[in-house]
Amino acid sequence: MTYLPTDTRSHYVALVRRKRLYGGLTLGIFALLMISGFGLANDRNAGGFWKGLPNIFDFPAAVWEDTAKHLAEVPGHLVTYFPALMETINIAAVSTLVGAILGTVLSLLSTRGLARWPAIIPFFRRIMDLMRAIPEIVIALMLIFVLGGGPVPAMIAIAFHTSGALGKLFSEVNENVDLKPVEGLASVGAKWGQRMWLGVIPQVAPNYFSYALLRFEINVRASAILGFVGAGGIGYELKNAMSWGQGKYDEAAAIFILLFLTIVAFDQLSSHVRNRLISEGGH
Amino acid sequence: MSTDVLSRETLYAEAGRMFQRKKLMSFALPAVILVYLAYVFFAFDIPGLAERARWDNAQTLMSDTYSYKTHVTRDNRNGEVTVAIEGERKGTYDTGSAPDWVDLNGQTTRIDLGGGQIVTFLPNNALRFDIPSYGVIEAAMVGRSIESNLTGELPDWISSSRSRLQITTDEGRVSLTRNKTEAFNYFVGWELFWFTLDSPYHGHSLFQILFGDQIVNGQSNLAGAWHDFWYNPMWHHNMVAWAIFETILMAFLGTFGAAVVSLPLAFLAAKNFAPLMAVRFALRRVFDLFRGIDGLIWTIILARAFGPGPMTGALAILLTDTGSFGKMFSEALENVDGKQIEGVASTGAAKSHVYRFGVIPQVTPVLLSQVLYFFESNTRSATIIGAITGGGIGLLLTQAMLTQKDWEEVTYYIILVVLMVMVMDTVSSWLRNKLIKGE
Repeated sequence: MTYLPTDTRSHYVALVRRKRLYGGLTLGIFALLMISGFGLANDRNAGGFWKGLPNIFDFPAAVWEDTAKHLAEVPGHLVTYFPALMETINIAAVSTLVGAILGTVLSLLSTRGLARWPAIIPFFRRIMDLMRAIPEIVIALMLIFVLGGGPVPAMIAIAFHTSGALGKLFSEVNENVDLKPVEGLASVGAKWGQRMWLGVIPQVAPNYFSYALLRFEINVRASAILGFVGAGGIGYELKNAMSWGQGKYDEAAAIFILLFLTIVAFDQLSSHVRNRLISEGGH
Repeated sequence: MSTDVLSRETLYAEAGRMFQRKKLMSFALPAVILVYLAYVFFAFDIPGLAERARWDNAQTLMSDTYSYKTHVTRDNRNGEVTVAIEGERKGTYDTGSAPDWVDLNGQTTRIDLGGGQIVTFLPNNALRFDIPSYGVIEAAMVGRSIESNLTGELPDWISSSRSRLQITTDEGRVSLTRNKTEAFNYFVGWELFWFTLDSPYHGHSLFQILFGDQIVNGQSNLAGAWHDFWYNPMWHHNMVAWAIFETILMAFLGTFGAAVVSLPLAFLAAKNFAPLMAVRFALRRVFDLFRGIDGLIWTIILARAFGPGPMTGALAILLTDTGSFGKMFSEALENVDGKQIEGVASTGAAKSHVYRFGVIPQVTPVLLSQVLYFFESNTRSATIIGAITGGGIGLLLTQAMLTQKDWEEVTYYIILVVLMVMVMDTVSSWLRNKLIKGE
């Protein structure tokens, strides 16, 4: 069948129109959802958005006022809360480390072509899905009930979640691995562990490292937040400092400063290192 | 040639050095990690953990997640017997009625705990407990103290004192104090999950409700049953569903709101689109600032202004993610292909058209897939933020956990949260696949 030029043109125009209509409709529905969603959330909030908007600087102002009054004590507070900050960072570091190790094993076990037991790849994948799906706070709160407060529940909770999250990312990396070294090692009689350790890990290490670094940054935030619900570290101190109430916010201010600086520092560090890794790789 | 030999020698030396370094690395790295783990082992006081751990709590937690107990209680002052599931008011049987394993017969009450173990509440605040593998225990409250037939060394599942006798077997628990005589019977399952005792549909099977006779006159079974299930006063299914919705709402509003806000800002912060380098620099610092003030701090600040609720949570996510999206979007915009833009510009298109047709189509799939990825992870964050700001399933979960008794509800919420996250996960990865493949 042959189209006349006008046919082609009208067909194209019709197509474009339809596409625009769909695009417009999607945008319209999206806008409607956003507006009604914000309306709904606003109704359910204890204080309304417009009523609260003028007060948004009240709390920062109160914190600033208290801090200005006790400005000389702030460096002392910074020193006081530094160990708590270290605990938060340690929680994040250990859980990233443990999570990366577990994630590596899980990812190797669930990658086609590398798995130790190919038949149960789906099993390991589901395990990782489940580990990723359970929010840290759930495990942390249950462990706090059993183990008591402190850094260990947060560490286990974050490590558990990290294993699943990193495992998935790692297994995506593994899929692009060159199998020749693995085959070479297999031909000389290497066991599974040796094949992975010597044949796969050297290939994927930079990518793993980059993902783990990104995860570390996320975990610093997570461990601060978990502290707030009772799992030790700077978050716990923040909660206590907040409960002193107005007039004593200078300690909270010191913690805010510490937390902010830490997060910014790790954010910058990790993006710098990752950029270097990518440009070093050259592709 | 000599240079050849020289270069070969240097190559050998170089290779030797590299091997040295590799060898060192392959031992040093694990050693460093090990030292660090050892440091943390003591810094976190893991050796002391075993002492601090409350294994009985773990046991309560485990058994409560899949089982419940029914209390049969006699008030020793007036002899009134009540049967209540988990001892709760909403789970109490009407006076004079009881499940079939309890036989209310005037002054005596006979309770079959199962496994041949039978508890009998006798008149005059007396108690008789038949345990086939042990014998018959008889005890009574005489005056202000307990007299029983227990003598000699007692097994560790019986604790007896002048004012309190407690016997715990694998079927249940019996206790006698001055105020009350009580027996607990354990069952597997979640109590009254579908209907509470006051609902007429309690005790009917799904088949009976769907196809059986009308249970309440003038009301269809399905509507009535749905109403009683949905407004179940113990499990509050309607509130739980709403809480889940609220959590997803927070994540949705926060993520997509942040995307809407940060898209125009990203243009101003991208090297190839920024009108002014000063603006670009300033915006980048603003993004860093918004990201650096973590969701936790935003939540605290916003909760002071707007009070607790989903709006606060949504705004906290929105502000944090504006920082992340601003950075990511501007990086994506810096990597766009200039040819398409030039092509559109060469047709004499206006600036807005160049953006609309030259830039947006290139970056949309990348940006949308990033946004969806964040949406998915924010569903989890919204659970945690909800626990702090007081909204959504996170609040219900922490409240149920802090009371430390309704672990079956905690289990229920956890299952729902996991399902919610998995569904969001699936939906978002399906959408991302569609977008990337351009279907």
